[in-house]
Amino acid sequence: MTVLTLAKALNEALRTSMERDPKVLLMGEDIGKLGGVFRVTDGLQKDFGEDRVFDTPLAESGIVGTAIGLAIRGYRPVCEIQFDGFIYPAYDQIVSQLAKIHARSKGLVRMPITIRVPFGGGIGAVEHHSESPEAYFAHTAGLKVVACSNPADGHAMLQQAIASDDPVMFFEPKRRYWEKGEVDTSAAPSSSLWSAAVVRPGSDATLVAYGPMVKTCLDAATAAAEEGRDLEVVDLRSLSPLDLPTVLASVRRTKRLVVVHEAPGYLGMGAEIAARVTEELYYEMEAPVLRVTGFDTPYPPSRSEEEYLPDLDRVLHTVDRSLAY
Amino acid sequence: MTVAGRPTTSSDPAVPDGGGAELVQLLSPEGERVHHPDYDVDLTDEEYRELYRDLVLVRRIDIEATALQRQGELGIWAALLGQEAAQVGSGRALREKDFAFPTYREHGVAWCKGVDPLKLLGLFRGASNGGWDPQEKRFNLYTIVIGSQTLHATGYAMGIQKDGAVGDMATGEATIAYFGDGASSQGDVNEAFVWAGAYSAPVVFFCQNNQWGISTPTATQTRIPLYQRARGFGFPGVRVDGNDVLASYAVTRKALDDARMGQGPTLIEAFTYRMGAHTTSDDPTRYRLSSELEAWKLKDPLERMKSVLYRQQLVDSDFFGQLEADADTLAARIRKGCLEMTDPDPLAMFDDVYVEQTQLLADEKAQFATYLSGFEAHR
Repeated sequence: MTVLTLAKALNEALRTSMERDPKVLLMGEDIGKLGGVFRVTDGLQKDFGEDRVFDTPLAESGIVGTAIGLAIRGYRPVCEIQFDGFIYPAYDQIVSQLAKIHARSKGLVRMPITIRVPFGGGIGAVEHHSESPEAYFAHTAGLKVVACSNPADGHAMLQQAIASDDPVMFFEPKRRYWEKGEVDTSAAPSSSLWSAAVVRPGSDATLVAYGPMVKTCLDAATAAAEEGRDLEVVDLRSLSPLDLPTVLASVRRTKRLVVVHEAPGYLGMGAEIAARVTEELYYEMEAPVLRVTGFDTPYPPSRSEEEYLPDLDRVLHTVDRSLAY
Repeated sequence: MTVAGRPTTSSDPAVPDGGGAELVQLLSPEGERVHHPDYDVDLTDEEYRELYRDLVLVRRIDIEATALQRQGELGIWAALLGQEAAQVGSGRALREKDFAFPTYREHGVAWCKGVDPLKLLGLFRGASNGGWDPQEKRFNLYTIVIGSQTLHATGYAMGIQKDGAVGDMATGEATIAYFGDGASSQGDVNEAFVWAGAYSAPVVFFCQNNQWGISTPTATQTRIPLYQRARGFGFPGVRVDGNDVLASYAVTRKALDDARMGQGPTLIEAFTYRMGAHTTSDDPTRYRLSSELEAWKLKDPLERMKSVLYRQQLVDSDFFGQLEADADTLAARIRKGCLEMTDPDPLAMFDDVYVEQTQLLADEKAQFATYLSGFEAHR
C-alpha cells in the first residue's frame, strides 16, 4: 500500500497500462516533456518514447479524429483533453464518429479509445476551466462515461477504461488531483468499472454523487452525524452505464434520495437518476428525489464559484428538505 | 517553388480556364495522348481495356441506382456521374493494403476495392450503414459528416508510421482520404492537413473538385486554386484533370509511392465536374446553367478513353458489345438484389451499440421485444 495523490495514481495507472499493452498510446497537448499541465503524464514520454507518448498540434477535433484512425489501425489511444471546457471542438468527432462507428460497422470496427478529461471547478480558474460536461456524453449512445473520485479508484478505473474495447470518457476531478489516498498499486482492480460503490453506509437518506462531489458528500455526512443524522453516500463511479441496482438497493433501505453534482441541474445526471429511481420505487420512497447542483447559468467568475458549487451546507439543507416530507 | 496563384476570379466553371496551366493531363478530351514532363503511364493493352471497362461499369451502376431511387427503391442516391475517371484512376493506383477513407460518393473507388455495389445500395435504401468489412476491403465505411474522414485517414497513416511500414517500396503502406471542394473549408480537413504535415504522415489527400458543393460554387470555398493550399501546410499540391483516368492514375500512384517511401503527404486536386445533382433530392436547375453542363459533356471521361482505344487499336469488334452486355447483366443483378433486400429486424438496433452490452440497454431491448410481441399475440 502506498499513499498517492490522485494525479500520481493516474500516472501509475497509465504506466501499468502501457507496460501491459504495447498498443497503448498517449496523445494530447503538452503531455510529453511537460508531462501534462497537471503532471498526470509526468515521466511517461521519457520512459516509453515519443512514438508512444506524443504531443499533438493544438486542435481537439484533430486529437480525437486521428485517435479514431489509430484505433482503426489497431492501436489503443488514450487522449488527454487539457481542460473540460476545451472538449467542445472535439464534440462532433466524439458523438458523430467515436460513439457510432461500432454500431455503424455492426461490430466489425472497435473503438478502444479512452478520452481523459480533467473536469469540475473549485480551483479559482478563468472561464472554461471549471466545466462539467459529462451529461452531453452520457446522453450519447455508444459512449461509456465514468468519473473517479479518489486515488484508489482513479488507479483501478483508468486501467479498466483503457482495457475496455468500448470508447470511454474518463472524467478526473481536477480539484482532487492533489488529494492523497491509499493505493495498492500491485493489486488488480477489485470491482467492475461499471459499478457504483456505497462509500459510507447509512440509514436516514442516500446521497448519490460522483467525481469531486463524493468528498463533499462524505464531509456532509460527517457533519450530519454530529446532528444525529445517518447518511449513506453512494459514489456512482459509472455515469453510463448507470449501476441502477446499487442505487435502488440503497434507496430501498433509506427511502430518501438526494443527488449531488456540480453540473447544472437542468437535464443533468440527477434528472435521469430521479426519473429511473422514481419509476422503480414510487410507492416505497418517503420523499421525492431532490437534487443539489450547479445553477442553470454559465459557470461564474471564480470569485463567485463558492456560491455556485454545491457545498456541505447546501447538501445538508437539501437533506433537511427531504427529511421534512 | 511557385508563388501562390491568383485568386479564383470566376465562379463559372464553364469559363474555359481549363483547369489552369499546371493541370496534369495525359489524355485529352479528344482521346489523344499528351506528354507530361513529370508523369506518365506504362500500361499494357489489357490494362487500357480494363480501365475503360471499370469506367463503363461504374457509370452503369450509378445510372441504375439513380433510376432505382426515382422508382422509390432507394431513399436517396448520391451520383458520381462525371467523376468516374478521378475515382477509377485513383482507385486503381491503390495497392491492396492501402486503406481508403471515402466520403459518400466514392462508388468508383468502392468498385476498385471489391465492395459489392449492393452494399452501397443498402446504405442509400436505409437497410444498413454499409455493411462491408472495412478492414477486409481496406475501404472505410462511408462518412457522411463532411470532412471527418480526413482526420481518420491521417490517424491511420500515423499508425502505419508507428508500425514501421514506411520507407520500403515493396512493403510500405499508404493511406488515401477522399473529400470534395466543399469539404476543403471544414475545420477537420484543415486540421488533417496540419497533422499530416507535422508528422509527415503517409496520407494522400484526394480532393475531387467537382465545382459545386450542392449549390455553392468552389469560388465561395476558396480564394486560390485548391491544390495550391497545400503549400501553406508545407507539402506538395498537384492539380490533375479529374476526367482523365490515365493522369488520375499516374498522379495518385506517384503520391502514394512518395507517401509509402516516407516523404509525407500530397494534396491532389482532381479537377472534374458533378454532371448530376448533389443527390437525388437536389435540383441543380435552380443554380446552374445548362450551358455549363454542355461544356463539360465535351470533356466526358468515358468518351476520351473510348477514343484512345480506337485510335491505338486496342480493341476488337466484339469488345464494346460484350462490355455493354456485361453492364446490362451487372445492372440487372443489382436491381434484383435491391428489390429483394429485406428490412433489418427492429431489435437489431440494440445490438452492437457496445462491444460489451450494458444491462440497461439489454433491459430496454427486452422490454421493447415484449411490447412488439403483443402485436403478434393479437394477430
